[in-house]
Amino acid sequence: MKRKLKYLTLLMALLFASEVFAARLTDREVLPNNMVLLHAERKAIPIVTVVLAVKAGSIAEPAEKAGLAYLTAALLNEGTKKRSSREISEAIEFVGGSLSASAGADYATVSLSVLKKDIDLGFDLLSDVIMNPVFNEDEIRRKIRITKNRLIQQNEEPGVVASIAFSKAVFGEHPYGRQVQGSPESLDLISRQDIVDFHSAFFVPDNAILSVVGDISREELGALLKKHLGNWQQKSIPSRSLPGTGAKKSPVVIKENRDLTQANIILGHIGITRDNPDYYAVLVMNYILGGGGFASRLMDNIRDSRGLAYDVHSYFAANRFSGSFQVGLQTKNESANTAINEVLKEMQRMRTEYVSDRELQDARAYLTGSLPLRIDSNSKIAGFVISLEYHNLGMDYVNKYPALINGVSKEDVLRVALKYLDPENYILVVVGSLGKANLRY
Amino acid sequence: MKYSIIVSLFFILLLATHALALQVDEYVLDNGLKMLIVEDHKAPTATFQVWYRVGSRNEKTGKTGLSHLLEHMMFKGTKNYGPKTFSQTIQRAGGTDNAFTSKDYTGYFELLASDRISLPIDLEADRMQNLVLSNDSVLSERDVVTEERRLRYEDDPQSYVMEEVFAAAFKNHPYRWPVIGWMSDLKTLDPGALIEHYKTYYAPNNAVIIVVGDVNKKEIMEKVRQAFGSIPTGPAAPAVQAEEDEQKGERRVYINKEAELPYIMAVFKTPTISHEDGFALDVLGSILSDGRSSRLYRSLVYDKQIAISAWASYEGVSKDPFLFFAGATAGQGKKIEDVEAALLEELEKIKQQPPSAQEVRRAINQAEASFIMQQDSIYMQARILGSFEMTVGWRFIDKYLEGIRKVTPEDVSRVAKKYLIDEKKTTGVLVPIAKGARS
Repeated sequence: MKRKLKYLTLLMALLFASEVFAARLTDREVLPNNMVLLHAERKAIPIVTVVLAVKAGSIAEPAEKAGLAYLTAALLNEGTKKRSSREISEAIEFVGGSLSASAGADYATVSLSVLKKDIDLGFDLLSDVIMNPVFNEDEIRRKIRITKNRLIQQNEEPGVVASIAFSKAVFGEHPYGRQVQGSPESLDLISRQDIVDFHSAFFVPDNAILSVVGDISREELGALLKKHLGNWQQKSIPSRSLPGTGAKKSPVVIKENRDLTQANIILGHIGITRDNPDYYAVLVMNYILGGGGFASRLMDNIRDSRGLAYDVHSYFAANRFSGSFQVGLQTKNESANTAINEVLKEMQRMRTEYVSDRELQDARAYLTGSLPLRIDSNSKIAGFVISLEYHNLGMDYVNKYPALINGVSKEDVLRVALKYLDPENYILVVVGSLGKANLRY
Repeated sequence: MKYSIIVSLFFILLLATHALALQVDEYVLDNGLKMLIVEDHKAPTATFQVWYRVGSRNEKTGKTGLSHLLEHMMFKGTKNYGPKTFSQTIQRAGGTDNAFTSKDYTGYFELLASDRISLPIDLEADRMQNLVLSNDSVLSERDVVTEERRLRYEDDPQSYVMEEVFAAAFKNHPYRWPVIGWMSDLKTLDPGALIEHYKTYYAPNNAVIIVVGDVNKKEIMEKVRQAFGSIPTGPAAPAVQAEEDEQKGERRVYINKEAELPYIMAVFKTPTISHEDGFALDVLGSILSDGRSSRLYRSLVYDKQIAISAWASYEGVSKDPFLFFAGATAGQGKKIEDVEAALLEELEKIKQQPPSAQEVRRAINQAEASFIMQQDSIYMQARILGSFEMTVGWRFIDKYLEGIRKVTPEDVSRVAKKYLIDEKKTTGVLVPIAKGARS
């Protein structure tokens, strides 16, 4: 009896272990230089996808030098001690691969995609641009000029204009309130030394997460890391305290007059951080309100019943240090008042009644059932695990996630709607032909 | 940037399926419905797609936009199911569904965990034959499409230019109007015409089913046969006979609109990818535009610094002969005349002197790498298979890499000389006007 039990326990443990293994997306280890390595060998296609995330986003830069993180990342592949900008692009493009770098608010990423046969070249280039960029003055001037032009061009896109104004109003002085690219004025204040110092301070292995997914074994990867990133030395990272996001106590309305046929509308307010325990209840609540595409109430009301918009959605951007909630839509100028009114009514309805059993069940079913589609390719996995690591969610997240969603009740949905939706103290941005829109707000 | 995305997608489009070619299984049911199946077991997901051989190419003056509006209506209910059933059923299974309309085709797709992939089969069979098109629902959805048109074209200066350029480039071929339709046609839409459009083009013999992913081809084929096999064959869809007249010189259009930066787009009439010059045109597009080592980026953006983006693209996967595109967005304070001159100078250079062997080799390497990398996505594999099948036939994918590999530097120069000329050219220029000048 006892022996049988022991045998059973062993069997259970084995089953359990293999289940966990099957659902773990990548192996995780911390390398001697403190870099976190996430690796999955997937041999179906002879390609390798690499993403290096470095906590060197705009939250790490001083406000007066806005754009510093962006420029630093964007200049990585514009010249190193060994290679010119042109040599880098020719080397990677000649083998049909790609190597790109960019910065977001939280972190910068360098992404590499190559055929397996070119992986040594790929890692050579990747390590070169991370460790040895030279930040040549000419390249800096060129990049600043292009960045300024892109900032100007954004003005042609009413949705982007609205979104920039919204972020600024929600987050105020917090880095999330400004554009990662900075402004024409702040870009002019950035010197080569600023870039060199920023790179030297933040592009260190202690501050980095490397994900490698594709046709490459741990052994092959180990040899490449030793050869190309072996000299990447750890060093302590400066810390910076972030300003708060001032809470708004009454509606703030921002209007921008343009010769447009549609009013581009964003209505929202401050949201939640990714580590908020209510995150999963908020996800379910927002799916029902406006996150669930054609299944959502906003789409049903504003598009399907009234024909007022092509796109209407709501979204909680739950970031590491702060977050926002926003409803976005575009409608002909003349319908702007009606659409805004319906958005506020739907927000209020979420706060006053329980959602139906069907709505709750549908939201849970979609949010859990769609997980396989979020991780069904090398490139999706490589990106997904970076965000798991950045937010400390654990590589077994995909095992835990269904229970987190299925644990959300109707009461939870109502509770988080009351707590995180505010149809009184909102920020409203309208970019459109204001004469025709004749806004009541 | 917008265009470089289009360019790279297109480039990848051409390539990715070659490797699949051997793995594609083709079946045709008695009623004429074709199926293309690719088993791909990398991940437990799959896509089910139904493509119809109808797009704006099949429309008539005064009734443009019908194919795209019909695509929207396909989600609005049938005799058997209410207006929300389709998407709700898919989303409850954790799936996503959507659709797309082009000048040559209309496609519907679902993406699901593979254990649920038979879910859309009955629903797709149902909406192929039982769609309800009531006046009220058609007119309400028409309003949604007018909002989509405002969003994508009327308020987007560069897209607006593209519409104007197509309209000028084609005189008597339906490629002259936009897929979404002209606003005036949408406003005067007759729901009866939409019903007629549905009856004419939505039939098994005018459709192709594409399945890619973690499926068993015998099982899925059997399910499709059960669901679609009894749908009667429809009359053959009317042929599109319009043929474009020869052009006698360059055509130019100017668009004065609120915008920040001047923009230019030049298009040249070219044959489809199945023409003997197709592969060389494709390599030409790649050498000019693919990546930061390409000629247009190097010259206009990097060296001369007069443009913030510059691109070219050969649009050869097309039912009828379409276009080779080239364009650029001027930097602030730069004259569009200078940008145009720099753009044309690059085209001229490649006519005068063949590209280097290294450049051609890079284009070939990029083609080969892309077709392997694209297999990372089941959705992309299906999209590529479908776009080839709707235009030059999916088996052409087999010939693609082989054709690209044979292209020589002289071929590239020869096709540049043959097609990048005034007699095939239409140019559109965006002239920004100051904010508030119109209001």
